[in-house]
Amino acid sequence: MKLGLVIDLDVCVGCHGCAVACKQWNTSGTTGPLTDTDAYGAEPSGVWFNRIRSYEVGDYPHNKTVHFPMSCMHCEDAACVTVCPTGASWKRQEDGIVLVDQDKCMGCNLCSWACPYGARELDPASGTMKKCTLCIDRIYDERLPVEERQPACVLTCPAHARHFGDFDDPESDVSRLTRERSGYALMPEMGYKPTNKYLPPRQKRTVDTSDVARGGVRDKLKAWVNRVVAR
Amino acid sequence: MHPALSVIFFTVTSGAGYGLFILLALAHVFGIGDPLTVGEFYTAGILSLVMITAGLLSSTFHLANPKNAWRAVMRFRTSWLSREGVFAIAFYPFAVLYMLGFYINGLELGVPCILFALIGALIALITVFTTGMIYGSLKTIPQWSTSLTPANYILLGLASGATFFTAIRALAGSEVGTIAALAVALVAIAAIGKVIYYFWIGRESITINTATGFTRAVVRLLDTGHTCDTFLNREFGHTIDCAKVGLLRGVVYLLAFALPIILLAMIATQNGGSGLALLAAISIYLGTGVERWLFFAEAKHVVNLYHGRQSC
Repeated sequence: MKLGLVIDLDVCVGCHGCAVACKQWNTSGTTGPLTDTDAYGAEPSGVWFNRIRSYEVGDYPHNKTVHFPMSCMHCEDAACVTVCPTGASWKRQEDGIVLVDQDKCMGCNLCSWACPYGARELDPASGTMKKCTLCIDRIYDERLPVEERQPACVLTCPAHARHFGDFDDPESDVSRLTRERSGYALMPEMGYKPTNKYLPPRQKRTVDTSDVARGGVRDKLKAWVNRVVAR
Repeated sequence: MHPALSVIFFTVTSGAGYGLFILLALAHVFGIGDPLTVGEFYTAGILSLVMITAGLLSSTFHLANPKNAWRAVMRFRTSWLSREGVFAIAFYPFAVLYMLGFYINGLELGVPCILFALIGALIALITVFTTGMIYGSLKTIPQWSTSLTPANYILLGLASGATFFTAIRALAGSEVGTIAALAVALVAIAAIGKVIYYFWIGRESITINTATGFTRAVVRLLDTGHTCDTFLNREFGHTIDCAKVGLLRGVVYLLAFALPIILLAMIATQNGGSGLALLAAISIYLGTGVERWLFFAEAKHVVNLYHGRQSC
């Protein structure tokens, strides 16, 4: 099995719901807590397994905002595992999930240096490296209903931008989506063969605005109200 | 990259310590320069061991969970950090046996003593190489991912070790022409290596386009997704402006290379006393410290591409 995620950049709305669901589930999960420092202060910081950035792609008027969630890619050739001196980082043979043994980690940071995707974060409280577990404590939990045996981020995504499955099965959702929507891997030149794939935004029809009437008395009045009311 | 003082002190100090041991062993075994005196042997030998040990201890301050540090030797087959740990430990018995042989036999070199000295020197060299490879093996940091990285670690270790050895011998009042000339050569080679490195890291090869997959358009960051610093910012977000880089590179050229070469050349040509040798050693040690700080500060981790940097 090669478990991983497919993230649909066409429909992600950048709500950060996946990151919050991840934090909520994993802070009480196998590698929890995901320690926060100064949580209610001026400089709140903490461990997150999932972070969302937003980019502007292209120049106006041919530009587009793309929200970009990133978590561990569970690389096939994971450099973080190769560089780990203690053997705390390992990749499971049966499903390809990359994990950190919290009892073995010495907190040297080298794996986070080796990861191009910023997927690993040091927990200052435990002094150990923490990372996405692909919700290993959910996906194999037989007490949960079958449809809930998915990572928290996938379950919670309101836009259905996240899909979880087995890339070794050519008929799985994730394999089909990657095939049909030209799913791609990030920074392929590193050669780490990330398992997670990203679906590019679809080509969309541009909405023609040239026929919208402008410059009438109504528009001038609206513009004047906007100027007065705004500040 | 965040320049962590514990790691800078470790690589500079233990690098110079290993260099000093290598120079001592080679000078002793092959009879480079005037014959060693007992005092010089112990000063150089013990100083090298103290520097190596202080450096290694300092490196553990970089660990967030040092109680598991003993596990660092467990992945010798894949991890350069593990290999460094193994070689650093393997060095000690040979170094101690070499010194013990000296204590028992005096300046007379027996075959076992020669073997211990040479094997110790070889392991010392390998250890410095593995230290460089920890950084050199990281593809995520283009400025480190080059064979120049371990080469610079070895060359600077040998250069500072040779300068220290010259200083010890000069302070003991020995004739140090040959060893000072050797030190000049080693510092000069290290300088050439560093100049090549500084030119090499001038180009940036990985872009925000392949990082995000949008290779046919301009990509600009709109929002990092966090309001305050994160682990990623603190560890990888360190930036340094061009003027400061230029200034500090000047300091490196001056303290680590130019000044030691001039002072050592004066000693080699019998134009200076032992004070100059000590000054050369202090100068190269400080210069290497600045060099190592810059090595970290100038390194740009590719995760910065996701935080808006256009190329790394």
